[in-house]
Amino acid sequence: MGAVVGTLTMQTRQRQPSRDNVDDELEMTMVCHRPEGLEQLEAQTNFTKQELQVLYRGFKNECPSGVVNEETFKHIYAQFFPHGDASTYAHYLFNAFDTRNNESIKFEDFVMGLSTLLRGTVREKLEWTFHLYDINRDGYINKEEMTEIVRAIYDMMGKYTYPALKGDVPKQHVDVFFEKMDKNKDGVVTLEEFVLACQEDENMMRSMQLFENVM
Amino acid sequence: MAAGVATWLPFARAAAVGWLPLAKKIMPKPPVDKKSRNDEILFVNVSGLRFQTWKNTLDRYPDTLLGSSEKEFFYNEDTQEYFFDRDPEMFRHILNFYRTGKLHYPRQECIQAFDEELAFYGIVPDIIGDCCMEEYRDRKKENQERLAEDTEAEMATDTPLPPHSTHRERLWRAFENPHTSTMALVFYYVTGFFIAVSVIANVVETVPCRPLKGSKKDLPCGEKYSLPFFCMDTACVLIFTFEYVMRLFAAPSRCKFMRSVMSVIDVVAIMPYYIGLVMPENEDVSGAFVTLRVFRVFRIFKFSRHSQGLRILGYTLKSCASELGFLLFSLTMAIIIFATVMFYAEKGTKGTNFTSIPASFWYTIVTMTTLGYGDMVPNTIAGKIFGSICSLSGVLVIALPVPVIVSNFSRIYHQNQRADKMRAQQKVRLARIRLAKKGTTNAFLQYKEEGGFHNRDSDNALCLKNKSSFQHQHHHLLHCLEKTTNHEFTDELTFSEMCMTESVGYHTSRSTSISSQQGVSTSCCSRRAKRRAIRLANSTASVSRGSVQELDTLQVHKTSAGPQSRSSLNARTEDLKLNCEDRDFTAAIISIPTPPANTPDESLPPSPAIPGILRNSRTSSYTHETVKISSL
Repeated sequence: MGAVVGTLTMQTRQRQPSRDNVDDELEMTMVCHRPEGLEQLEAQTNFTKQELQVLYRGFKNECPSGVVNEETFKHIYAQFFPHGDASTYAHYLFNAFDTRNNESIKFEDFVMGLSTLLRGTVREKLEWTFHLYDINRDGYINKEEMTEIVRAIYDMMGKYTYPALKGDVPKQHVDVFFEKMDKNKDGVVTLEEFVLACQEDENMMRSMQLFENVM
Repeated sequence: MAAGVATWLPFARAAAVGWLPLAKKIMPKPPVDKKSRNDEILFVNVSGLRFQTWKNTLDRYPDTLLGSSEKEFFYNEDTQEYFFDRDPEMFRHILNFYRTGKLHYPRQECIQAFDEELAFYGIVPDIIGDCCMEEYRDRKKENQERLAEDTEAEMATDTPLPPHSTHRERLWRAFENPHTSTMALVFYYVTGFFIAVSVIANVVETVPCRPLKGSKKDLPCGEKYSLPFFCMDTACVLIFTFEYVMRLFAAPSRCKFMRSVMSVIDVVAIMPYYIGLVMPENEDVSGAFVTLRVFRVFRIFKFSRHSQGLRILGYTLKSCASELGFLLFSLTMAIIIFATVMFYAEKGTKGTNFTSIPASFWYTIVTMTTLGYGDMVPNTIAGKIFGSICSLSGVLVIALPVPVIVSNFSRIYHQNQRADKMRAQQKVRLARIRLAKKGTTNAFLQYKEEGGFHNRDSDNALCLKNKSSFQHQHHHLLHCLEKTTNHEFTDELTFSEMCMTESVGYHTSRSTSISSQQGVSTSCCSRRAKRRAIRLANSTASVSRGSVQELDTLQVHKTSAGPQSRSSLNARTEDLKLNCEDRDFTAAIISIPTPPANTPDESLPPSPAIPGILRNSRTSSYTHETVKISSL
């Protein structure tokens, strides 16, 4: 008899959690954002109307609610790097795009970021990159932050690489980087040092031009 | 990759700007997108119903009819639209698939019509979304079963045997399908009759008959007419033995036949007779012999060959055995509890029936099932109180769950089926995801192997054209990542091969030249080597975890063609030599057994170009450090 009562109570307990999940999901989909007008965005960014339209159509298709949260962002970004684990780098990327620091990316943030990256001046691109590396937004990149970023990038490569990742390759990479960037050897890289060092690097400047016609 | 993800590719590529300051090498050139950037609206006319969609929407799935150039075959120049002479209602779902990336199955449509439409448009049914997948699978299985039943019914009854079947096959068929020939039918009925006769004889021989003259005791008929009964028994057993031997002879797979339930029943039915023949008329063993005679009643189960209903019952019991077992278990718990309580309650009474707890089991069972024989009754007040609680709870335990069990049984049965289905679907889903992942990784690696990066001139334009612009751009992105980190993507096989070459070091890299020439024959030796290496490594306490893992991947490197040019080998091997710890080195050498190709002692002329073993790294920034494998 106890067994019968036990099974009956077990069943009622199972039903309740699912109800809570459904309620939560309903709440989440209620939030909806609409971007500002097309003309405003056209004025604020360096994109044409058609480009904005194409971008928005894609954005809306993936995120009908109008905002991207970090989980969705990580999921999307991970699809491009199936070999390894892109979640850490996606996290930093998300923070770089989330300029208003409210854990979500609206279409405006998305388009502004893209505008800087694709149509901005060299200085703007370098500033964006600096902000990406500067995790705690204190205006300086120190070795730990850099190591975090580089490790995240190497994570995206995954396990099976050639040559194999032996030793602490990210750390060496960071050491090389700091050698190049930190002019006054004070252990941190400021924005000016960063911009200066990058502009001196011809290869990098040339590579920057390559990404102009991504859109 | 999901449809909408394609729209995020420009974003991912733009974000690659963040890698530029860190990049060790120059970024590769991006693919030039020859197609016009402007999106256009396409018109698709399906049997008069006009659909319009963006071209990009259709381009999301380039391996379907609408996404590839195959749709040009259906292009109508006069009306500037694509015309398909297919079902317009179904096309709605097909188009929705392109739009949302999820394929839905319309419940009111016939499953076969839907499948045909999918096949026409080149869409694999596996992409059906989870919301509709169960329904789709159920309907499909139902349909298939119905078709299978029809064909089976057709086949089973009337189809004549293939002309050159052996006697054995014909005999087996006669046994399995008695309606096929008259002889089989006759045999079927004869065996059935004899089973009945045997069972009735077993029953009747225990009935008391009038005693012989001169004695008072009633004899069971079996002993009075022992000879007739014995003859009848012999005849039945002969028939059964003959039938069993025939079946055994005719069975296509004798082992399988012998393991089947029916054959076991047959054997159990005839064994007691033979054992009885063999055994002497000894008083000691006749007790055991009597037990064996009980097995003769199993002959009644032979009827299940003749009765469909009995088979279904057996199958049903088998399938809900777990539920019945659980019920039995909970009953046992209750019985033990009440038996214990009753025993201790009645312990004080003189001359009580409750002599032990197992003795009280009988009381508990009889009370709980409301039988109440009355052969054991409690005398103390406590005993009576607990006895009444026992009977009340017995009513609840036995009577109440019976309908619940019946409905539970059907519900649990269906639920189990669904759980199994979902588990299988889950496995399929995971496999699908894994396959898709592998597909994208393999695509990139294949692209690299085909020299996609180096041959940008128009000679190879034909083979490059097969890839969509999305793939081009995606591969370019992955290539940028490679250049940033100065490491290349490989697959698991090459990775483990490389670990082998590096761990064993300089000598083996030379010796593998022979092994690579010998190819497959040495790979099996290396597997032995691997096993021995593992054993050795495990025994050596000092071997670090890293080296054990390296030894694990000891494999002969197979030649793999690569487009990159080979730089001078010597430079590379020097890199390798410095990479190995001495420990790894010695352990690896010791573990390599006799196959001559792998002994490092062999002095081989260093071949200048070992094809495919080592890839060019083209850089000097690959630093040498002590081997520390963390994520092998």
